[in-house]
Amino acid sequence: MPVFWLVIIVLALAAAGYLLGRSRALQSAGGDSRNLHSQPNYYGSHVIMWVTVPAFGLMIVWLLAQPLLIDGRIAAQLPDTAVSEDTTLGLVMSDVRRVADGLDRAVGQGAMTEEQAGSVATELADLREQLAEVGVALGSNVSSDVLNAAQRYRDFKATGSLLMGIVVIALAIAGLILALLRTTNEFRARNVVERGVLTILMFAASIAILTTIGILLSLVFNTIEFFRLYSAWDFFFGLEWAPSFSGRGGASSLGVLPLLWGTFYISLIALLVSVPIGLFAAIYLSEYATPRVRAIAKPLLEVLAGIPTIVYGLFALLTVGPMLVSVFGQNTVGWMSGGTAVMTAGLVMGVMLIPFVSSLSDDIINAVPQAMRDGSYGLGATQSETIRQVILPAALPGIVGAILLAASRAIGETMIVVLGAGAAARLSLNPFEAMTTVTAKIVSQLTGDSDFASPEALVAFALGTTLFVLTLGLNVLALYIVRKYREQYE
Amino acid sequence: MNDMRLTERATDMKEIKITAEGVDVFYGDAHAIKDVSVEIEDKTVTAFIGPSGCGKSTFLRCLNRMNDTIDIARIEGDILIDGEDIYHPKVDPVQLRAKVGMVFQKPNPFPKSIYDNIAYGPRIHGLAKTKADLDDIVERALRRGALWDEVKDRLQEPGTGLSGGQQQRLCIARAVATEPEVLLMDEPCSALDPIATAQVEELIDELRQNYSVVIVTHSMQQAARVSQKTAFFHLGILVEYGETGEIFTTPKDSRTESYITGRIG
Ligand SMILES: Nc1ncnc2c1ncn2[C@@H]1O[C@H](COP(=O)(O)OP(=O)(O)O)[C@@H](O)[C@H]1O
Ligand SMILES: [Mg+2]
Repeated sequence: MPVFWLVIIVLALAAAGYLLGRSRALQSAGGDSRNLHSQPNYYGSHVIMWVTVPAFGLMIVWLLAQPLLIDGRIAAQLPDTAVSEDTTLGLVMSDVRRVADGLDRAVGQGAMTEEQAGSVATELADLREQLAEVGVALGSNVSSDVLNAAQRYRDFKATGSLLMGIVVIALAIAGLILALLRTTNEFRARNVVERGVLTILMFAASIAILTTIGILLSLVFNTIEFFRLYSAWDFFFGLEWAPSFSGRGGASSLGVLPLLWGTFYISLIALLVSVPIGLFAAIYLSEYATPRVRAIAKPLLEVLAGIPTIVYGLFALLTVGPMLVSVFGQNTVGWMSGGTAVMTAGLVMGVMLIPFVSSLSDDIINAVPQAMRDGSYGLGATQSETIRQVILPAALPGIVGAILLAASRAIGETMIVVLGAGAAARLSLNPFEAMTTVTAKIVSQLTGDSDFASPEALVAFALGTTLFVLTLGLNVLALYIVRKYREQYE
Repeated sequence: MNDMRLTERATDMKEIKITAEGVDVFYGDAHAIKDVSVEIEDKTVTAFIGPSGCGKSTFLRCLNRMNDTIDIARIEGDILIDGEDIYHPKVDPVQLRAKVGMVFQKPNPFPKSIYDNIAYGPRIHGLAKTKADLDDIVERALRRGALWDEVKDRLQEPGTGLSGGQQQRLCIARAVATEPEVLLMDEPCSALDPIATAQVEELIDELRQNYSVVIVTHSMQQAARVSQKTAFFHLGILVEYGETGEIFTTPKDSRTESYITGRIG
């Protein structure tokens, strides 16, 4: 039974359950809703909960588990001959699924009858061509083993979804009856629904958390795998980054220090640009600007934050880089040989971070109580004296927090670096040289056809973990400082 | 001419420090103060009383031009301190505020050390030439704020760490440190407990020796305890102004009487 219809049926049961629950509750109260513990709607919602939650829950679990179970059974039944020298079990199984899928489509389009699909044998028909006609292309002729397996696969699937339909509907009906039996005027439907809502919300929250944990675990496992192939000492303290790609042979040097240096250097320049400008903009907007100017300037500044970073990357590559070369390039002082450089990426990243710094600082400066300003003005201080000596010191912890948050964004930024900073890993102090960062190298190690089991590819996970730990540390520190600061004025 | 009359009357009255004539204040279109004229004496505590929202704070803030920091506020009429119009274009409001100190309803120490809180004004106005001078000013201000004995051993600790009453006395000491001539206080005790209130009231009485003090209060007992003159405001109008004793015992206006006996509030 198609899932779609199953959902419709359960929903229809739920709708009926709602009405039944309501009227049953009213009936038990003698038609007067004041005799009920809860409003009639709550009894209806209670029934809906019982009908839908177990049924849909089971359906989801079933849909996730069924393919795994069927794959396992089919794979176990495949004769040894089916998996020959030059293939793997995985490839054969995907063939089986494709053939089964093709047969499904052929039946769906009327090219075969259900019986033909079940009984067709490789000797009798040119299956490959038939399937190609319905839009499923196969790499080779279908062996009889695979065909048999595919037919069994279809049988299992059909049985499985039939079973699922029956069980789900039974569960929905059971829930309906159970909920209706519980519905009396004494029953506290309101409290039960409340708890149901709570459970749903908690479920959503735990999905978010579980995903995070999942991502973390995949990072950690791959990192461990990497350190099995490559020494951790060489990774953390190696001064050279020179991966050799598969095919060319030779050992790779995968030292993270040149990348960390590039990350640090570019972020530093970005902060040197964004912190003063962002902070001054925030001071102007929060202390000096009239409400009208503020209403226009603040959104404009925040538009900068909405520009995709790839656009900044293009700006770096096409505008800022060439401009810097024309000033510092071979024709003048000769410090810069190409457009991609630490300076290019740093400047553009700084521009990207300005709205980030300014809008956070603006919030923080606004959070300094008006009483502080009044106190200072009342003593005969001017506006700039007040800002320098009272407001900024009071806001300082929050501003430091904002800067740390900006730093963690700079460290994690990728596109601007890929396009603006170049690809050479280098430990150098010259800001006009090309360098590269951790993020840019993660991209380049995973793109292109590298073998995912080689240290050259797995190093991306170690880099990712390093980056994750760095930014997490910065974020935690920043949030701690900002929160501490907020408490001060509550 | 004016001066002549003043000196004649000075035999039974103190010198006039602040003169307000026909003052009107508008917040946008709202008319918050209506044609108020009043003469405030030197070395006297003057109390402003009246139901909340009647314009006491607004009028007080006119006296040191704090209303200038509010965009929508507009002031008409004349206010003279020592015979000089404080709204005259050549008067710098920042300079004026050094001369007319203000203490606010809620204690608002800066997030700095006790010492730096007091030294803030003197530093801005360059009152001390040396560190020793500054130390001296800080000690004198804290003594006048009746806080010296409590904090002399922890001047470098943050002012925000003091108790509410201590914080308010710190704010008073901070205002005193810039050597003002007038001290404006807007409900300085409303955030304090009774003991701290008593300490601050005692302090106000002492400050009278040197300053003209104007205090807004919602407590009539407080007005009766600390002030020599009382002004009663109602709906933006100065209803009655006179000796505190007379206002509280024999009010001339029926509105004053109703307020004092608790019928308007
Ligand atoms: N910043 C302001 N903007 C607009 N209206 C204000 C402002 N401050 C006070 N007002 C209005 O002015 C009137 C007098 O207020 P205020 O002087 O604070 O009264 P009081 O101190 O006697 O309680 C009130 O109606 C109040 O709403
Ligand atoms: Mg007030």
